Amino acid sequence: MLNRLTDALDFQAQALSLRSERQRLIASNIANADTPGYVAREMNFAQALRDATGAGTTTTMLAASQPGHIGANPGAHGGASFSTLSYAAPSQTNLDRNTVDMDRERASFADNTVKYEATLRFIGAQVKTTLSAITGQ
Amino acid sequence: MSMMNIFNVSGSAASAQSQRLNVVASNLANADTVAGPDGQAYKARQVTFQTQLMGANANDPTAAGVTVSTISEDQTAGRRVHDPKHPSADADGYVTYSNVNAVEEMVNMISASRSYQNNIEVMNTAKSLLLKTLQMG
Repeated sequence: MLNRLTDALDFQAQALSLRSERQRLIASNIANADTPGYVAREMNFAQALRDATGAGTTTTMLAASQPGHIGANPGAHGGASFSTLSYAAPSQTNLDRNTVDMDRERASFADNTVKYEATLRFIGAQVKTTLSAITGQ
Repeated sequence: MSMMNIFNVSGSAASAQSQRLNVVASNLANADTVAGPDGQAYKARQVTFQTQLMGANANDPTAAGVTVSTISEDQTAGRRVHDPKHPSADADGYVTYSNVNAVEEMVNMISASRSYQNNIEVMNTAKSLLLKTLQMG
């Protein structure tokens, strides 16, 4: 019974964790805007969320046929697996081979900030809904 | 809590940019220094940035900070001005000034200060998101 209450929150929790991961990724890109040779990275958020929640396509699992085997579940370590990261295509070439596009990074950063706050509110509203169901009014 | 790492990432970038600003300041301060008795005038200095991974996992590309790898000296010859009455003039009556290019340094200064501001803004956003996360539910 109790896990049904928390299952509804689980999806949002995964999304929140991925959002904070993406926020850190964009912060890294902005931090390295002047580093020669740095290649900007992007996160495929939809794919990462699908991997983390196990929704949609079936994920490839390692068979744990022996007691010593460790089951590898992508996204189980609480973060985006590195396979969902890709290199950003540079829109303009740079003399020092740096591919950070500051306009795009700033836009992504603002976008991710708003969506992070949205996820926070979803969680808050869901908790409120559950609480009002418990108090039974 | 992957969001906490943003402070490390952006903080390292802000520190690297302030070091760059420091070098610009010393270059500009020495823009008009002349060669001493050894004939060696001040040489313009330049910082080189390098990416430094700072996540919990050593291969995690989503937490990429910045560090100053080297401070190199510009080896081009200094500006020579014919001024036989100058106390530092050589046998031919030429005075060697430092090889600082004031225009380049000003461009460097603006670039460093904008990048610094960017990183501070990233930290401010991350801070407000974290504070909102603490009030969740």
